[in-house]
Amino acid sequence: MRVALMVTCINDALYPGTGQAVVSLLRRLGVDVEFPESQTCCAQPMVNTGYLDEAVPVVRNFVDAFAGYDAVVTPSGSCAGCARHQHSIVARRSGDATLQSAVAETSPKVYELSEFLVDVLGVTDVGAYYPHTVAYHPTCHSLRMLGVGDRPLRLLEQVRGLTLVELEGADQCCGFGGTFAVKNADTSVAMGSDKTRRVRDTGAEVLVAGDNSCLTHLGGLLTRERAGVRTVHLAEILAATE
Amino acid sequence: MSGGTFVGMPAFPTAAREALGNAQLRHNLAHATGTIRAKRQRLVDEVNEVSDWEELRLAGAGVKEAALRDLGTQLELLEASLTANGATVHWANDAAEANAIVASIAKAHGVDEVVKVKSMVTQEIGLNEALEAEGIAAWETDLAELIVQLGHDLPSHILVPAIHRNRSEIRDIFLAEMGQVGRPAPDDLTDEPAVLAAAARAHLREKFLRAKVGVSGANFAIAETGTLVVVESEGNGRMCLTLPEVLVSVVGIEKVVSTFADLDPLLRLLPRSSTGERMNPYTSTWSGVTPGDGPQEVHVVLLDNGRTNALADEVGRQALRCIRCSACLNVCPVYERTGGHAYGSVYPGPIGAILNPLLKGVGGPGPEGEQVDSLPYASSLCGACFEVCPVLIDIPSVLVDLRAQVVDAHRGGVPKVEALAFKGAAVALSDSRKLAFGERFTRLGLRVARRFGAAKWTSTRDLPPAPPESFRAWWKRTDGGRS
Ligand code: SF4
Repeated sequence: MRVALMVTCINDALYPGTGQAVVSLLRRLGVDVEFPESQTCCAQPMVNTGYLDEAVPVVRNFVDAFAGYDAVVTPSGSCAGCARHQHSIVARRSGDATLQSAVAETSPKVYELSEFLVDVLGVTDVGAYYPHTVAYHPTCHSLRMLGVGDRPLRLLEQVRGLTLVELEGADQCCGFGGTFAVKNADTSVAMGSDKTRRVRDTGAEVLVAGDNSCLTHLGGLLTRERAGVRTVHLAEILAATE
Repeated sequence: MSGGTFVGMPAFPTAAREALGNAQLRHNLAHATGTIRAKRQRLVDEVNEVSDWEELRLAGAGVKEAALRDLGTQLELLEASLTANGATVHWANDAAEANAIVASIAKAHGVDEVVKVKSMVTQEIGLNEALEAEGIAAWETDLAELIVQLGHDLPSHILVPAIHRNRSEIRDIFLAEMGQVGRPAPDDLTDEPAVLAAAARAHLREKFLRAKVGVSGANFAIAETGTLVVVESEGNGRMCLTLPEVLVSVVGIEKVVSTFADLDPLLRLLPRSSTGERMNPYTSTWSGVTPGDGPQEVHVVLLDNGRTNALADEVGRQALRCIRCSACLNVCPVYERTGGHAYGSVYPGPIGAILNPLLKGVGGPGPEGEQVDSLPYASSLCGACFEVCPVLIDIPSVLVDLRAQVVDAHRGGVPKVEALAFKGAAVALSDSRKLAFGERFTRLGLRVARRFGAAKWTSTRDLPPAPPESFRAWWKRTDGGRS
């Protein structure tokens, strides 16, 4: 099985540690993950803001970069959601039949990390060790667009040393929402502060999620609030060992 | 007396900012929507214990979708059945036509007041204000609508129009305003719900008994039998539907369903989704005129007002399935923070964010156009609305499609900063070499952003520290961590 890592543009530029964690985690599980260097972005920022024409070349680059792989793994629920559900919209609009069939070919092979681990590799115990108190925030796109369900929780439950605490109102949006965070900054921050208040209430040391974009928003609020809670991507916890 | 209209409201971000500063409003809303959410969830679970909520949703969506696919025929059937039942059918293309029809009926009967059943569509067309301009007073009889009307206020929720008000505010409104327009509130009025309801009842009774003309909307209109249906909680609607001599019902053309049996899934979905009850207390149906019983003259105004535009929108047309249950408002994290007024329409929340642009069209001129164009962006696309919608309206997908329409409507002119940014991003992100080049500037970019601006982000949130190198640089340098 040829497996490609889609690291996502945000992780590439701001969170290389998350990509490195996916690589070491998958290697540990016996998967020789490749990194197609021509990849860039899933086009989600354009699609979700309404710039569909601008998304066309980005989607084209995506399907070119990942053609021929059996699976594309990404540490981002929203990027996986974009590839699986929105690339076809962009392709249809482009009127380019070749692009449409390339998208139809690639989209179903895109997996969010927890889906890939649980559904494709069939593991929930990935041999991780992480001796901290952790609260899990299910990001909206992984929760509702992809339906990852409790897969991330099942993975976290098997991590040795980890104490999982319950986050009240976990499934309510953190308020990031891509360009929403800037276009409707006040509302975004109001939503985010309600979320961080609940995170602080759990007493967790670490807030974990499967999407660094939501964690950028929440982490930005938590450090500003001097809450003493770190944000860590799921991949980094699963990659951690003794 | 007028409650004012929404026209001229500022765009969503501005209106939202104002609402966010109102701590009382946020508290009222979080409490009220939280309570309804929990009640609804219990009932959905209850349905799932014996059958399947998803199947019921599919059935509800199917019934509405079938009627919309065949809308022309269904409407002709409806007109024929209503006429055969002794009702007079009028067609209205827009708000002005509909308002003129209602006003002329009232005038023909020489009345200067009408009583009203709570109705979204008459608010959509600004009927009360239009009647007032003709010297006709329209009295709202739904308790929450009465609070809104007496408070010279605007509704902020589909089902609970005064959700933004608390008990003591309501008491103050009743004391100050009831006497101006009819029977005053008793001097010893307290803010006990039962006491407030009793004051409203006494105030309204006088109006029910006096009114010659009643005005309603309809939740559903059945083509086969020419039957209109109103679903409500208080029974005040039933008084308006049965006491006056003349009844005028303004009905959006998307309300039509084919047969009586089609009501079955809808009447099970609606109360569960809206108030979190198995059944609503009052369901009134009327089919034209019944000699010697109820109104002896019945008019039905079938209103388009943008609905055929919405129907022509391939992605957006599903919004016409909406049964106005308000479940999407009650789960929406944006609505919960901003309240309904920020949406600048009688249709607030997620459904308002799509319905208003669909009915009015995007890309319009001036502040009104700007307000409409801001609505598809008034969402974080979290998907909670789609999850609860009883008729399976994929609101997030419609939002994204409408955003594309907004962007397209503004192509060609002088491009905004945002459009330029996305054009630039498209170039950088379609070629990894250009991206890699750009990433070398990430650290610098972050430092600049932190110092100078990106103010919308950094005024309240920190930016993450810049990493020493990008992932792709790391991969290249270390051969993917192997060296
Ligand atoms: S869109 Fe769906 S959830 Fe929202 S009011 Fe309409 S029917 Fe209810």
